[in-house]
Formats: sequence, structure tokens, C-alpha cells
Amino acid sequence: MSDAVLSIRNLSVEIPTRSGVVKPVDGVSYDISAGEILGVVGESGAGKSMAGNAVIGLLNPPAHIAQGEIWLNGTRIDALKGEAMRRLRGKEIGMVFQDPLTSLNPLLSIGDQLTETMLTHLPISRAEAGKRAVAALEEVGIPGAAERIDSYPHEFSGGMRQRVVIALALCAEPSLIIADEPTTALDVSVQAQIIALLKRLCRDRGTAVMLITHDMGVIAEAADRVAVMYAGRLAELGRVRDVLTQPQHPYTGGLMASTPLASAGKARLHQIEGAMPRLDNVPDGCPFHPRCTYAESKCRAAPAPQISQNHAACWFPLMAQKVS
Amino acid sequence: MALISVKNLTRVFDVSKPWLNRVIERRGKALLTAVSDVDFEVAERSTYGLVGESGSGKSTIGRMLVGLLTPSDGTVEIGGVNLAAETNAGKVDAVRSDIQMIFQDPFASLNPRWRVRDIVVEPVVARGGDATGLAEKLLEQVGLSAADAGKFPHEFSGGQRQRICIARALSSEPKLIVCDEPTSALDVSVQAQVLNLMSDLKDNFGLTYVLISHDLTVVQHMSDVIGVLYLGRLVEEATPDELFNNTKHPYTKMLLEAAPLMDGFGREAALPEGEIPDPINPPSGCAFHPRCPIAEDICRQERPLLRLVDNARVACHLAQ
Ligand SMILES: Nc1ncnc2c1ncn2[C@@H]1O[C@H](COP(=O)(O)OP(=O)(O)OP(=O)(O)O)[C@@H](O)[C@H]1O
Ligand SMILES: Nc1ncnc2c1ncn2[C@@H]1O[C@H](COP(=O)(O)OP(=O)(O)O)[C@@H](O)[C@H]1O
Ligand code: SF4
Ligand code: SF4
Ligand SMILES: [Mg+2]
Ligand SMILES: [Mg+2]
Repeated sequence: MSDAVLSIRNLSVEIPTRSGVVKPVDGVSYDISAGEILGVVGESGAGKSMAGNAVIGLLNPPAHIAQGEIWLNGTRIDALKGEAMRRLRGKEIGMVFQDPLTSLNPLLSIGDQLTETMLTHLPISRAEAGKRAVAALEEVGIPGAAERIDSYPHEFSGGMRQRVVIALALCAEPSLIIADEPTTALDVSVQAQIIALLKRLCRDRGTAVMLITHDMGVIAEAADRVAVMYAGRLAELGRVRDVLTQPQHPYTGGLMASTPLASAGKARLHQIEGAMPRLDNVPDGCPFHPRCTYAESKCRAAPAPQISQNHAACWFPLMAQKVS
Repeated sequence: MALISVKNLTRVFDVSKPWLNRVIERRGKALLTAVSDVDFEVAERSTYGLVGESGSGKSTIGRMLVGLLTPSDGTVEIGGVNLAAETNAGKVDAVRSDIQMIFQDPFASLNPRWRVRDIVVEPVVARGGDATGLAEKLLEQVGLSAADAGKFPHEFSGGQRQRICIARALSSEPKLIVCDEPTSALDVSVQAQVLNLMSDLKDNFGLTYVLISHDLTVVQHMSDVIGVLYLGRLVEEATPDELFNNTKHPYTKMLLEAAPLMDGFGREAALPEGEIPDPINPPSGCAFHPRCPIAEDICRQERPLLRLVDNARVACHLAQ
């Protein structure tokens, strides 16, 4: 495989339901290199979290990986189960979720949680782990880290808790961080602080980051490359500046144009008609065709071409048209 | 003419622990001032945007505007009637039916066991009005179909549910709709549909909106005048152009700087200092002073009053 930290190849997740099998993730491929932040965007239900959960082995049955490969640092991990997956998750993959309380144990002090995590995964003494715990809190910007080390999660504000979660995610020195909507529950001012922190730590340590969010502004400021998902599939993948300023997929173009910023000074916002299809009702051909102003008969008949680097999954990509 | 006139509006919540705990822990009562001495007017047929971070008092003001919450001090007048003090039941009733509210969570605000028809016409039926065919008409006006009237809320997506909430709000032919984060739970593409619908309805029915949001870009797009709140206080009020291009309050500046930009590739924003302080013990003087990069002694001692600076109203000792 390539020298990517994470490689996802043709990944599909399936869930058997009463009305048949649905595919919340359908043939998705992307890589993330060391020190790179890959933004994953798309509307709610597009399959962003499902793809992330598949990588960490946190799919809730009956959801399961039906096809494809997941490689982490050259090791194939999609078939790992139980204890092996748990060890890998703790050591090699750090996780940050929207609600910091889901990642923190309310009954353990912040210091104990950091120390225990390090002792499980790193060959260091308890005293050394204690020292590193204070340093980790300082690094994520907790004022008075040495005094706060014995505090419990409920004694921190939402923003501080998310800082602690980041410290916890990074303390075992993982090579990959999966951050699923890490700032969605936070205020703008705190969001700016958390995003800056994530960027700095990953740059300094060369950690690869999968940053899942529905906020294009966050993607623009934080990510190096972006993957746009629609109805379980990858619509477009490329360098963040290219994708956001010269989207090739009509869905990406519509999404960008419908933000209030892109319509500054206009009375009405650009609107993509209709809604993303439900999973049990994904149209044949290109899944975006019922909403696409460029759709032709080919789009209804044949699935859009497989995506490759810097190309959109579209029969008729927008050519270098700037979003107004 | 002003449809809404808010004067010295204040709301204090008692957030004390139970009496026994207070005795054991030797603590006094804890009072939280969610809204403090807020003044503003909203012109008829205009949109007034209220922005601020979590806990700044936006929803509390919204709930006082529609009469869901009584002020601790100060007044709200709608069409010249002070709902909290008016004794003429007929007047109160008339004003009440002129006001509706839309909430953030289109999932929680619809009764899952009612059909859409009954949900939409509920405000009319509650007053004994005639609702024949009304739901179908309103659903078409908000971009759904008449056939949807017979369905249940769970059969709709988030954006469609918010349309149902809007149809319900329209049913009593209100003059004023207070919208509390109407699109915060929606994706941008769905948000665009709902905001466009709100603009169309405003034009068609001559509505007045109070639009509450934490999203500066939404408020900028929709509002004629914007009020910025910090810890329950109105710190700056101006038209969108003035607020964004000639920002005067240091807190507003911080908010604008922190908001992510669509073209902010690799931007390293000047990071905000600290976090919002505990509203039970707000800082003395100007509540923003511990985070303000230009604070001086007077800021710690005296609370700045709202005053006119150029075309804006600003509560800052140093703004000019
Ligand atoms: N019923 C209540 N009892 C006690 N405190 C309350 C109550 N309602 C609101 N508060 C407090 O008043 C302050 C303002 O709350 P409010 O809900 O108006 O904020 P907001 O600006 O709408 O925030 P958000 O963006 O989170 O919705 C907060 O500190 C909140 O905790
Ligand atoms: N247990 C489940 N059964 C059926 N569908 C599910 C289940 N869990 C998630 N889904 C569906 O999978 C799709 C992708 O979900 P998710 O990855 O969470 O989306 P995103 O993170 O992009 O918002 C959604 O349509 C969601 O409703
Ligand atoms: S493949 Fe066709 S329908 Fe799909 S996005 Fe491209 S042009 Fe539109
Ligand atoms: S009054 Fe003082 S502390 Fe408050 S915003 Fe103005 S300069 Fe800053
Ligand atoms: Mg998700
Ligand atoms: Mg609120």
C-alpha cells in the first residue's frame, strides 16, 4: 500500500432492515497521510460518521463492513475483532466526538484517566505518566494544569472538556485521530480555539486527522484535503482550496452556493431543490440526478464514474466554474 | 412604526440549591441574571436579528416577547400593549393571536401522535376558529402538498418538519413571528430552502420577525437590524452593513474574527481570550472586561451604557 497512515479502499457498510439491505456507505475510498487533515463533509445522513465508525470498529450490529479494505500504517485492520481492535483503537487511533462527556468517565479524575490511558499503551512508569498528564493538559491549554489534574469532568466547561478529550485522544501518541463533529456543540469563540489546537498538535506530531463536520467554514480553515459525501458515496475528493473554489461536482457547487456567505448581498439564497434520498430509496445511476440541473439520460442509467484523486464522481463535471 | 418596544428588560432566575443543601453547605441564594436591562425596538415589517453565544439570553428574551415568560423588571410592548400589565382581556387576546414562535428543534416541537393537519390548525382551533381546508392551504404555501395533511410528523425530514412548524405559526395570521434558531438543526442546503421560504412569507404576509441565531451569517443575510448580546446585555446594535463593516464593540469584533470563513484557507485567526464567565457571578463593570484586549480601569468599575456611536448603539466605554 501507499505510505498513507490510513487507506480506505472501496469500503461499503451494509445494514439489513425489514425493507431490504441499505448501504449507508457505498464504495468509498480515501487516504490520509501523516500530518494531514482530511475534512469529511456532507449533510446529515450522508454516511460520514458511519465511515469513521467502520475504521474504529465501532459499527453497531447489524451494521457491518460488507466490502472493501481498511489499512492502518500498512496493516489491514478491517477484519480485526475484540481485544485486538480495542488495543489498536487505544494505541493507534484517538477519538474525539461531538459530546465530550461520551469520551470521559464521570467517576475518574482527569489525571487518572490520562495516566491510565498512557500506562495501558506506553511502556512508561506511573510517575512518568503522571508528569506527562500534567504536560498534556498544559499543551491543550488548561490553565493551572497542575492544580486541575485532580478535577472531575463535571467541574469543567464544555470547551475545557473538549480540550481534555483531545489531550486524552493524543496521550497514547496515536498515528490517526478521528474527530467527529468535535466543535458542533461549542460556541464560535471556543470552536476557533479547539480547531486551532487540533491543527497545531497534529502539525507538531505528524498525526493524521479525519475531521468530520458539516461546516464548510471549518473545513476551509482546518483541512488540507476534503472528501464530500452524498447518499453514502464520495461525490468529490481533492485539495480543499480546489474543491471549495472550483467544485467539479454539481452537489458540491450547490452546497457552497447555498451558504449565506456565498450569497452576500442577494435577496435569496441559492437553493438545491429537494432533499437527499432516504437510504431505502437511493435512485439508480448517479444518486444526485433527481436534484441535478445538469442531469442527462446517462446520469439516470449508469452509476457516476468511480472517483479518483482530484476528480468528481460525475459524468459532466463543472469545468473550472467559480462559485459565485 | 415600532411593532415591538422593549424597555429595561430584565429576567432573573433563582438557581439556588434546595433550602436544606444551602443550610448544610452554608451558601446563600444563587441568582442568575439571564437578561439585564435590555432596550430595543423592532419596526413593523422588519427583521430584527438577535445574536450571541450560548447562554447570552437570546431565548430568554424571545420567550418574554411572546409571553411565555414574565419579565423580572422592565417592559415588553407589542402594538402598544404591555402583555404583562394589560387588564383588558380582549386586548390581550388580540395581541396574543398576533404573535407566534418557531423553535430550533423541529423534532421536539411537533406532537408525534397528531396528524399534520391537526398540528397546523391547532392555534386556530384553540381559539374556536374555523379551520376547514386551512391546513391544506397553508401546507402548500410552505412548499409541502395538501396530501401531507393526513400524515404524521415522523414521515418528514428535518427541513420538512420545520416547514410544518412554519405553517402552524402562520395559521392564526400573526403579525409577528419570533424564530428561535429556526435553522440551527438543519443542513446548509435545507437551511437555504427554509430561509428563502421565510423571506417569501414575510413579503407576502407583511410579517415582522425577531430572528434568534448564534450564526452570524444567517443573521446578516436575514436582518434589517442586528442586536449582539453578551451575558444578558445588549452590547451593540446596528444594521448588518454597519455591524460587519464598521464593527465597534470589542466583543463583536472577537466574534467576527472567530467565525470560520469559507475562503479562510489555512487561516490562523486571532484566537479569542478565555471563555464566557459564570453568569451567576458576572464580572464587575463591563462584563466583557476579563476577555477584552483594550480594557482599562473604568471598564472594571462602571457598566457601560448603550450610547449612539455613528449609526450604531454600543455599550463600551472606549468605542468611538
Ligand atoms: N428556566 C431557567 N432557570 C434557570 N436559568 C435559566 C433558565 N432559562 C435560562 N436560564 C439561564 O439564563 C441564561 C440565558 O439563557 P438563554 O436560554 O436565554 O440563552 P441563549 O442565548 O438562548 O443560549 P443558547 O444559544 O444556548 O440557546 C443562561 O445562563 C441559562 O442557563
Ligand atoms: N442502525 C441503523 N439502522 C438503519 N440505518 C441507520 C442506522 N444507523 C445509521 N443509519 C443510517 O445510516 C446513514 C448514515 O449515517 P451517518 O454515518 O450517521 O451519517 P452522518 O454522520 O453523515 O450524518 C443515515 O441515513 C442513517 O440514518
Ligand atoms: S453524474 Fe449527472 S446527475 Fe450526477 S452530478 Fe454529474 S451531471 Fe449531475
Ligand atoms: S467597556 Fe472596556 S472592557 Fe468593555 S468592551 Fe469596552 S473597552 Fe472592552
Ligand atoms: Mg454524524
Ligand atoms: Mg437558546
